[in-house]
Amino acid sequence: MNFLTNLISGLSLGSVYAIIALGYTMVYGISKMLNFAHGDVIMIGGYMSFVMTQYVGMNGWLALLVAIVVCTVLGILIERLAYRPLRGTGSLAVLITAIGVSYFLQNMALLIWGANPKMFTSLFKGMSPIHAAGGQLTITPESLFTIAANIVIMIVLTLFVSKTKAGKAMRAVSEDNGAAQLMGINVNQSISLTFAIGSGLAAVAGVLMCSAYPVLMPTTGAMPGIKAFTAAVFGGIGSIPGAMIGGLILGIIEIFSRAYISTELSDAIVFACLIIVLLVKPTGLLGKKVSEKV
Amino acid sequence: MAERLLKNISTRGLKNAVKGSEYRREAAISYAILIIGFIVLQAGAAAGMIGHNLQGQFVPICCYISLAVSLNLVVGISGELSLGHAGFMAVGAFSGILMSRIMGFHMSFEPAIIITSMLFAAFMAAVAGFIIGIPILGLRGDYLAIVTLAFGEIIRNIMNVLYFGLDDGKLRFAFNHTIDGLDNNERIITGAIGATGTKTMASFTWGLLLCLFTVFVVLNIKNSKQGRAIMSIRDNRIAAESIGLDVRKYKLMAFVISAALAGMAGCLFGLNYSTLVPLKFNFNTSVLILVFVVLGGVGNIWGGIIAAAVLTILPETFRQFADYRMLTYAVVLILVMIFTYNPAINARVKSVVNKIKIKKPGGKDKKTGKEAA
Amino acid sequence: MKKTWNKVVVVALSCMMAFALAACGGGSGDAGDDVIKLGNTGPLTGPAAIYGQAVDNGGKLAVEEINAANPDGLQLAWQAEDDEADGEKAVNAYNKLMDDGMDVFIGSTTSGSCVAASEKAFEDRVFELTPSASQVAVTEGKDNVFQLCFSDPNQGVAAADYINANMADKTVGVIYNNASDYSAGIYDKFKAEMEAAGKEIAAVEAFADDANTDFQAQINSMKNAGVDLVFLPIYYTPASNILIQADKIGYAPTFFGVDGMDGILTLEGFDTKLAEGVMLLTPFIATAEDEATQNFVKAYKDAYGEEPNQFAADAYDCVYAVYDALNKAGVEASASHEEICDALVGQFAGDFKYSGVTGADMEWNEAGEVNKTPNAMVIENGVYVPVK
Repeated sequence: MNFLTNLISGLSLGSVYAIIALGYTMVYGISKMLNFAHGDVIMIGGYMSFVMTQYVGMNGWLALLVAIVVCTVLGILIERLAYRPLRGTGSLAVLITAIGVSYFLQNMALLIWGANPKMFTSLFKGMSPIHAAGGQLTITPESLFTIAANIVIMIVLTLFVSKTKAGKAMRAVSEDNGAAQLMGINVNQSISLTFAIGSGLAAVAGVLMCSAYPVLMPTTGAMPGIKAFTAAVFGGIGSIPGAMIGGLILGIIEIFSRAYISTELSDAIVFACLIIVLLVKPTGLLGKKVSEKV
Repeated sequence: MAERLLKNISTRGLKNAVKGSEYRREAAISYAILIIGFIVLQAGAAAGMIGHNLQGQFVPICCYISLAVSLNLVVGISGELSLGHAGFMAVGAFSGILMSRIMGFHMSFEPAIIITSMLFAAFMAAVAGFIIGIPILGLRGDYLAIVTLAFGEIIRNIMNVLYFGLDDGKLRFAFNHTIDGLDNNERIITGAIGATGTKTMASFTWGLLLCLFTVFVVLNIKNSKQGRAIMSIRDNRIAAESIGLDVRKYKLMAFVISAALAGMAGCLFGLNYSTLVPLKFNFNTSVLILVFVVLGGVGNIWGGIIAAAVLTILPETFRQFADYRMLTYAVVLILVMIFTYNPAINARVKSVVNKIKIKKPGGKDKKTGKEAA
Repeated sequence: MKKTWNKVVVVALSCMMAFALAACGGGSGDAGDDVIKLGNTGPLTGPAAIYGQAVDNGGKLAVEEINAANPDGLQLAWQAEDDEADGEKAVNAYNKLMDDGMDVFIGSTTSGSCVAASEKAFEDRVFELTPSASQVAVTEGKDNVFQLCFSDPNQGVAAADYINANMADKTVGVIYNNASDYSAGIYDKFKAEMEAAGKEIAAVEAFADDANTDFQAQINSMKNAGVDLVFLPIYYTPASNILIQADKIGYAPTFFGVDGMDGILTLEGFDTKLAEGVMLLTPFIATAEDEATQNFVKAYKDAYGEEPNQFAADAYDCVYAVYDALNKAGVEASASHEEICDALVGQFAGDFKYSGVTGADMEWNEAGEVNKTPNAMVIENGVYVPVK
């Protein structure tokens, strides 16, 4: 029974990582950059939702919508102001800029909302947990909804990318920027759209994460951001199903190593697993093998 | 065959003709910056013109310069993105502190303690670099970056459960457990509390020596047969492989040397503070060193030196902004990156610079010389 | 061409550096001879900012009160510098304070940075009283460094003794933060004291600094080991997370905290019902009935719009204690920091006593540790009540 409890914890944590990782992986796919500010967009999403429910008195779901809108706009703005001027100058310069944006968002949040942590009210407050197996197994509504949200997002996103025109344009840009432009695809628009979707998902991830683990601080997004980045690489960066599988596996490894091996070393174990996976599959679980042109 | 080819080039004297002048120029500028900086700051300090705040940063600045230069060996010269340099710094810092405490028990001649500790730190960091270097050999680009990041986090995590103590001159070690029966002053490293009671031996002079040594090693590698092999792998891996270069060997070599140098810098850093916590060596510190390298110009040694010094001092000068200090730092970082790398802005500056250069005869030669780099 | 432009930037940055040099130069020695300047370094930004800002607020408040109440007496000034809870930055911040003419150092807020900075204070002969850095290494071997908070070992020992004396029949488990010097320090001593008393700790679990994470594994481990008293030597932020997650799976043991637990009731948005029955050993209670505490809490709320936590209270007491000692020693505002240091060491190492909001009749021993009694508190109906 313990095994099941841990598995559900792992799936729930992994789903949060997966939703964040989707943002990383899509942005990486299209603009080949590691957007280290992504974790902090999650934090902004959490704070927006908190402000809307606590200060404005909005319903939690409505607040989630506001958070999504704000984060989407923020994502587009970040791309336009900080990343676009550096497009095509190599990934290092953009990487450092992304880190600058991350510092900026954290310190901005510190100035606006203060250092005192806020306790996030769960989106699913009032729903009672499901008890099974004679009270041995408890499934919280947060776990259930997070896992469900992950699956829905995953399906919708896959359909969007493979069926819609905008999605196909995004794929084309990530495949070959120059050729896509020649085919009349608006590259800027496609990249903006990717950032918008990724940041909107970050808001969802922020609200789901804070519902399950409710402490909200300016640095709340930093560690999940790094873990989700790891998850994206785990699954093969640039691949949407890879991000989901990577996230879930990472969450399960983390919870299981805490439960069965050592709580002190759980992070070390997670990262060691990552190294082992990359040793066996150098481009991640579902990553594409890039053939080199001579 | 490739090695013979490279050797042939150097014996034919082509090395001096093509690379030599550029190499000498870079070396001269790097050493000059270090030595002049040292003399000016020392003189300023002696004359009482420099406050405590800046004086206190002399040693860390030297450490960061050394870290930036050593990371440049991987990022600039070998062309691989590393996000775990702080991990090697941590290995060096803690093993160096350990060695200094053990030696300090038996002797009190500080130069010997510092040199031995630094060598030991370099050795341990090199071992760590070798271990982590093996899996990264098969990886490319951002996958390599994530492995180094993971490694940095693993080191920090493990440091949190390591305990070292000195019991009557004998080293004692425990895993995830306090060492019983030791007084506080006999403990060297206590898990998350880190190293406490370190005798602070580092000085600006040692810092300068460390920087000079690091620059010497890195510049020499850059200008050696091996260095050119490493750079040829960076520029075109397939071509390098096709002429028979052992890509894995050269990549590993650059990585291990860089780790060893980072370990030495970490050791001096550790010996500059009476306490050091593992948390210091987190992802942010790795990124900070990378920022020095990128801002100084990837592959540019003296650029990295200046960037490391300036960016270490900069947040201190922002103290007047009080609450807005780190926000200002973030904005400056973003703006500097955009202004340095944006193609449109670069083009404008280029046209302005060209206008100035047309007016000045002799400027043109200088420019072509630079573009050869 | 990129390189040329790089150079332009480098030159521009170098100019900024030159400015920095100019700004750093001068201003050494004791500036402003008509006031005693108190300095503090603490994390004003970063994940630990809440503690640093609380100390800054508490200290500033005390200085303002003192200056307003004693217009003809000794006047104080307050300056806090950001150290990001990092030893390196703490030394920088300390040096900056020295450049600005600091007379008394009201310690670093967090332990790790305080150990590094107090080494400097010892070399420079600046009197140091830290509000909240609880590690033993802070004061060890430094005659001019004193603590106002309990040291980590004292807290660990006090908690173990209290549990053994009053709740001996409980099965004890521990969840601690193994990446935090504060938490690991208390846990080490707690464990040693429990072992010395022949009592077994049924389950020990750790987490690594990430306050906002999944604690199910740790909580399940406690539950499975049959633990009915969980000792939490951690700050209230992760503790609140543990309380919420334990509640979700219906696990309700007695939670026992230390001084870092204080603040849990004032967390914005926290359902205080979850903290019902939580016990903690703390020197400061914001809801205490005595006049000093009530005045402090009211003044703090008026000034900053939030309830003071234990860090703010510690800093507040530090300033008042130093002010008392300065007056007792008859220190003039024009004295150098070395003279002030000697005078204050004479007081604190002597029979100086101070009663404030974090304890009555506090005394200091030669080692620099404070002697005050922690109060065992239990949370009932959303307020602290002394344990009967």
